[in-house]
Amino acid sequence: MSMLIKFIAVSIASGTPILFGTLGEIITEKVGHLNLGVEGMMAIGACAGFMVGMSTDSFLLALLAAFAAGAFAALIYAVLTVTFMANQNVTGLTLTIFGVGFANFCGYYAIGKSESGTLKLPENITAQMRNINIEGLSDIPVIGPLLFSYNPFVYIGIVTALLLWFYLRRTKTGLNTRAIGENPAAADAAGIKVTKWKYINICLGGGICGIGGAYTIMIINKGVWISDCVGGLGWIAVALVIFAGWSPVKAIFGSFIFGALRQLKYYVPAAITIPGAFYDMLPYLITTIVLIATSIRTSREKSQPEACGTNYFREER
Amino acid sequence: MADKRKENFAIECVGITKRFGSVLANDHIDLQVRNGEVLALLGENGSGKTTLMNMLSGIYHPDEGSIFVNGEEAVINSPTDASELGIGMIHQHFKLVDVFSAMENIVLGTKEKYEKPAVLEEKINAICDKFGLEIDARKKVYNMSVSEKQTVEILKVLYRGANVLILDEPTAVLTPQETEKLFRILRNMKAQGNAVIIITHKLNEVLEISDRVTILRKGQSIDTVETKDCDANQLTELMVGRPVSLEIERPIMDEVGTILSCKNVTIKKADGTIGVRNLNFDMKTGEILGVAGVAGSGQKELCEGIAGLLKAECGEIHYEGKNIVGKTPEEIINLGISMSFVPEDRLGMGLVASMGMVENMLLKTYKKGKGPFLVRKPARSLAEKLVKKLGIVTSSVDTPVRFMSGGNVQKVLLGREIESNPKVLITAYPVRGLDINSSYTIYDLLNEQKKKDVAVLYVGEDLDVLLELCDRILVLCHGEITGIVDAEETTKEEIGLMMTGESVKKEA
Amino acid sequence: MSVEMKRTKKSKEPLIRTVKRTELSGQKAVLLRIAALLAALVAGGIFILAIGYNPVLVYKTMISGAFRSKLAFQGTVKVLIPLLITSLGVTLAFKMKFWNIGAEGQLIMGAVFASYFALFHDTLPHWILMILMVLGGMLGGGLMGLLPAYFKSKFNTNETLFTLMLNYIALNFVVYLREGPWRDPNSPGYAKIARFSKNAQLDKVFGIHAGWIIAIVILIFVSIYLYVTKRGYEISVVGESQATAKYAGMNVKKIVLRTMFLSGGICGIAGMIEASGSAVTLTSGIAGGVGFTAIIVAWLGGLNPFYIFIVASLFSIMEKGSSVVESTFGLSGACADVLQGIILFFVLGCEFFVRYQFVTRKERGARA
Repeated sequence: MSMLIKFIAVSIASGTPILFGTLGEIITEKVGHLNLGVEGMMAIGACAGFMVGMSTDSFLLALLAAFAAGAFAALIYAVLTVTFMANQNVTGLTLTIFGVGFANFCGYYAIGKSESGTLKLPENITAQMRNINIEGLSDIPVIGPLLFSYNPFVYIGIVTALLLWFYLRRTKTGLNTRAIGENPAAADAAGIKVTKWKYINICLGGGICGIGGAYTIMIINKGVWISDCVGGLGWIAVALVIFAGWSPVKAIFGSFIFGALRQLKYYVPAAITIPGAFYDMLPYLITTIVLIATSIRTSREKSQPEACGTNYFREER
Repeated sequence: MADKRKENFAIECVGITKRFGSVLANDHIDLQVRNGEVLALLGENGSGKTTLMNMLSGIYHPDEGSIFVNGEEAVINSPTDASELGIGMIHQHFKLVDVFSAMENIVLGTKEKYEKPAVLEEKINAICDKFGLEIDARKKVYNMSVSEKQTVEILKVLYRGANVLILDEPTAVLTPQETEKLFRILRNMKAQGNAVIIITHKLNEVLEISDRVTILRKGQSIDTVETKDCDANQLTELMVGRPVSLEIERPIMDEVGTILSCKNVTIKKADGTIGVRNLNFDMKTGEILGVAGVAGSGQKELCEGIAGLLKAECGEIHYEGKNIVGKTPEEIINLGISMSFVPEDRLGMGLVASMGMVENMLLKTYKKGKGPFLVRKPARSLAEKLVKKLGIVTSSVDTPVRFMSGGNVQKVLLGREIESNPKVLITAYPVRGLDINSSYTIYDLLNEQKKKDVAVLYVGEDLDVLLELCDRILVLCHGEITGIVDAEETTKEEIGLMMTGESVKKEA
Repeated sequence: MSVEMKRTKKSKEPLIRTVKRTELSGQKAVLLRIAALLAALVAGGIFILAIGYNPVLVYKTMISGAFRSKLAFQGTVKVLIPLLITSLGVTLAFKMKFWNIGAEGQLIMGAVFASYFALFHDTLPHWILMILMVLGGMLGGGLMGLLPAYFKSKFNTNETLFTLMLNYIALNFVVYLREGPWRDPNSPGYAKIARFSKNAQLDKVFGIHAGWIIAIVILIFVSIYLYVTKRGYEISVVGESQATAKYAGMNVKKIVLRTMFLSGGICGIAGMIEASGSAVTLTSGIAGGVGFTAIIVAWLGGLNPFYIFIVASLFSIMEKGSSVVESTFGLSGACADVLQGIILFFVLGCEFFVRYQFVTRKERGARA
């Protein structure tokens, strides 16, 4: 029992960085842009969060920096694809190469300047990143570990997802936003400022990805800088978008499942010998199956926004 | 400057100019519309009607000129600006989000806060009652018929409180009954003091609904006339720029015989619904068989069915005695059946837009000849031959066809099909989007084929042309044949009736 | 005058807006791209300057680093080979507007299939083994390409996302082989797959493994295939409009499947070359991002094999050169990625000006 609770708790935490990436990608795709630069934006977010955290000693500033850096990386993508109408796939891939390279480069450069040869976040921040411990609540059996004992990112992630759901489904702006991704010409004719909202959503999405990046360096790597800290989580996030059917709320549960898949190999009884690589493959495999299943069902509402992948030019004739 | 104006029009355009790259779409256009009137904007395809209206609705920016709304100069930079000025446009191609419901589409982009569906539905129903519209506000657009979608578009505009309504070719997709209903709604709006601009090239509609007509030609505003003072001939003359005898040659051939016959043919559309049902007709050599009907009555399925692009569900299509149902287009070509199909969507289907004439010539013949390699030489000489023969204007035979004008594109397409020496030539709306001159070149080409004993199928939209060009006319309504009549003996009214479903016994 | 005043009173016209222009001629477009490249180098230079190095010196070292010795040049070519082949592979799919971003996975699967022969049939005569390995590579990559193509043509399954997922499935498949059935029992510590025997290695020609000959053959093959064969013509037509292709009597499904098999197959050959010529074993890093870079190369090369060759060469020089920069200046090897990114951003942005232009409010007034 306690093993199961621990597994669930670990899974939820483990899915959180993916959740951030997925949420960022969902609102980007909702305005019709497939940004394959999630991995890159997360890397840049991780790097900025880490550097700012190290020099300011403030957890909050580190988070803000991660958000801002991710948003800035997304801004590059937005300028190229929205204003300059460049191919989205190629631009996204470039952003990944650039972002990961840039983060590694900065890390390498900073290590070169440091005296010890390693980079580590100050204790003040690492303390704040630890799992919360609320007197009374966290000690309740079962409920305590399941609800009140995560690191702060987990709560931020879930709140972000719920806010995004509210934004997309229960506000006028959200309705407008979704219209842009489905049919930008219709949105334009209805008086929605397509370009403006594309920029806003893409950058917001990038910022959220950036926080996911900060998770990888602060929690997974426990505040010690390493190269390639995102390590492919960005791509799993892209997969989760499909798995979650472009819904922020489903993304929460999807991220728990993907997190569980990532942790499963450490928890299966020793008697079951399934190769470890199989567990790592599962998220992608399941996503592929979901992708095929949705295309067979030809569900019009749970699939990728209609205009995703194509750029919009008002005077196109 | 503005002070000198005698009257405050609902909308007044002065010297509007718009260029697209090197194309001058609008050349110093003037236009006025009053409150409480219906203005028809008449012009041939490519005369700049839609471009002008897109500037009123904020989709395009004029390069020059000014727009006055109720006497005040206005700068319309976006659809929001237009909507704030009370201008609403119903586009020819609906601008709706398919996965949204009617009400979501209606409130899209308005300034109001998010509202509960029930509240919204009530508001929308109130507008419907006022103008006599009907809609299920919760229905998703992808489940709607064309006419329902149009209703949503109109509601979108009314919901924003528009008092100037612009409709771009609103009747092209409607049945006569639906058109009548639309016109009732428009008269309703006019009675309530709104200004309505209707873009069309159908003369009978102009005469029926409008108070005044502004005629555009080649991007210029030619004249504005009171509808009650003029007739169809005058309007045509203004539209084309010279007296036009709409007379088309109709050579009489000694009939040779049936070459293709459809027996009980039913064809489904790509989405699984029935396109045409139970068709029975013959095509004869040396004859032009016209196909009339409201757009979307099954013309597309009929043509694609014969060409093998859509498979007939049941029934037989006999070509020179052989049943060709179930054969792929490739097999039909390989059977040695020379059947040429000029699709209605020229650049989307008949030609490859980014390729030059030479490579487009290869489209149907590239497989001929042995070996894996493409032989371009004959295609090049064919392209050059067509340029000379049909007077095609292009900078070179390698220039992508998308840079050519509509008339030239159509010449390339028809020329290629004719050069393959067809025995059956199927053409769907071959003059759509062409000016009158180019149209006449196309009619001549078709007649030339007829004289060569080719069986020609001509799907058209203009009844006058059908009556003059064709020998027999087949009328479609809701995918069924309501009659096949002799063009010399029938009248426009008779065909019009058949288009709405009145079956006529007399067979030609 | 009064008109002007009223105009400013009401909502303002946007300061800058985009309009379509008469498309630039080919020559001008090339000049534009070169200009973008130069601008990118300047921007990259500023970046280098900002971190305290001399950009001119860094650039110089980069270029000379790729050519300074026979060994360095050979290294550059070794980087070029898989990149070029993979770029050519994805080009076939892209021409058809099939967004194959699964080159990475196709390359890996090609390497896996080729490795099977190398590991378990290395007693075969060398030439037969080599041919089997190439065919195996092609089959492995081809099947990886065929899978999404099948679902695309049958259910219209989104190929961008499908091929993307397959990359990671392939990658983890290699990890599985490494830790499971193909694990080298003689290797202590970390699990790895055995080195190929001499018999299963590509021969060296002029000091570089024979992959370069294969690359040239593929370059010529793809050029011919695309421009002078019927099948190449079919690809272009299908890419432009499926409706037109059907109208012309083409079997679109067959063309999509065939082309994707070929596209994946060519990427698979690159995998075989990497395994047999470069790594001399199968590793999980066998593709190392080449599949992604190739997409960018193919796109920048305008899907034209000759331009792709040039772009791929530039990328290889940068890649190899930056490793020299790393050792000379103590800058990270990631420097190449950053510079690549900057250059790409500029070049991607400049494509816009081939078809569009900006018009400012002022200009318009002047023209009116």
